[in-house]
Amino acid sequence: MLKGGVIMDVVTAEQAKIAQKAGACAVMALERVPADIRKQGGVARMSDPKLIKEIMAAVSIPVMAKCRIGHFAEAQILESLGIDYIDESEVLTPADNAFHVDKHQFKVPFVCGATNLGEALRRLHEGAAMIRTKGEAGTGNVIEAVRHMRKMTGDIRALKKMSESQLQSYAKKERVPLSLVKSIKTHQKLPVVNFAAGGIATPADAALMMQLGCDGIFVGSGIFKSSNPAKLAKAIVQATTHYKEPMILADISKGLGQPMKGDEISTLSTKLAERGW
Amino acid sequence: MPIQIGVLALQGDFREHSEVLRKLGCRPVEIRKKEDLKTIKGLIIPGGESTTISKLLKEFKLNQNIIELHKKGIPIYGTCAGAIVLAKDIHNYPKQPSLGLINISIDRNAYGRQIESFEENISIRGEKKPFPAIFIRAPIIKEIGKNVEILAKQNGNPVLIKEDSILVSTFHPELTEDTRIHKMFLEMIKKAK
Repeated sequence: MLKGGVIMDVVTAEQAKIAQKAGACAVMALERVPADIRKQGGVARMSDPKLIKEIMAAVSIPVMAKCRIGHFAEAQILESLGIDYIDESEVLTPADNAFHVDKHQFKVPFVCGATNLGEALRRLHEGAAMIRTKGEAGTGNVIEAVRHMRKMTGDIRALKKMSESQLQSYAKKERVPLSLVKSIKTHQKLPVVNFAAGGIATPADAALMMQLGCDGIFVGSGIFKSSNPAKLAKAIVQATTHYKEPMILADISKGLGQPMKGDEISTLSTKLAERGW
Repeated sequence: MPIQIGVLALQGDFREHSEVLRKLGCRPVEIRKKEDLKTIKGLIIPGGESTTISKLLKEFKLNQNIIELHKKGIPIYGTCAGAIVLAKDIHNYPKQPSLGLINISIDRNAYGRQIESFEENISIRGEKKPFPAIFIRAPIIKEIGKNVEILAKQNGNPVLIKEDSILVSTFHPELTEDTRIHKMFLEMIKKAK
């Protein structure tokens, strides 16, 4: 049960233990954090199963791992390892230019990124059990996650005023069943949780995303690229609980050391959020 | 005025519990700090990650206040991770801190990993209709003290139990439309008054 919690990217069993100790509700087992994938370039793939197994053995909280978009064989391998969730992630190099993984073929739950409602609905229709903003991973810059969350909320609200024929053309344009669109219109929320991801680097970032209506937080490069990971990790967990309390947030945010340096979005050569269809 | 029931809102599915309470005509109060505990007549500790919830309980010094609440006779209901937080003993993680308010020994993640999560109809003592119980990385209650009543079992293991003013389920009734277990908890609160 991940709601209201923080999921942290880790690249070693040691980091996984630090994350668990800080109060993470799950960890994402990776070979490289997004900031390093960005810097080093090349094709980014599923992590070594040996590393994933080591991380699974090191902690008692759920462990997630990433597969490439559309790479159902990587997903099958991850499922066979007994991983708790699979993130079909734009942070890795996509493997299929037309299709995402048919997630209904799996028992393990999937989380997928989305920049707007249409994208989220396509992922849900394919069987995703959890959605997250794409943000812009590895930048330590929260602006894209904010953009995606606001867009999602706005898109859901816009359904309210749509007529039957407008709903039909929206469903057609987004290539999703009309029944799914109608159910979102009625409930005014996604049927699954929507976490914030991509660029969250400080407790204040986490509080911002929670106030915008996210159900929880993914922190990638932010923690282990900072000068004091254990302290920052704990602070982000606390901020995710006390997101509505500026006085507590001020206290939590004191003396955390240097956060990751981060990137201005306009300087990026590759925008990961544009991957996926 | 509707009766106020606290829902521990540190992490986990506290919103779902609040929804059920609202449906039953109560006023849910999200509990994040000790000051929030003042007016409540009952407390729910939701499902979530028990390591996360225990840590935040300690960091925001809620532990002692919840124990005080219990001493005053205020009923507490824990689901899944909440059951672990309330247990006297966490059998396979003995070092993990807990509130120790119910005499049970519990095993964390006892059914296996996420993929071993399941839903099953169980029968509850005194209820004709089966209850759709959702188990997510659920714990198993290994041993119970002599005053613990078993209200439901799954595969031979107790999954819904009660001791005095503490109610515990290892599954998640807040994720179903069935409100009978929350009603049972409300009855405990009414009797405690």
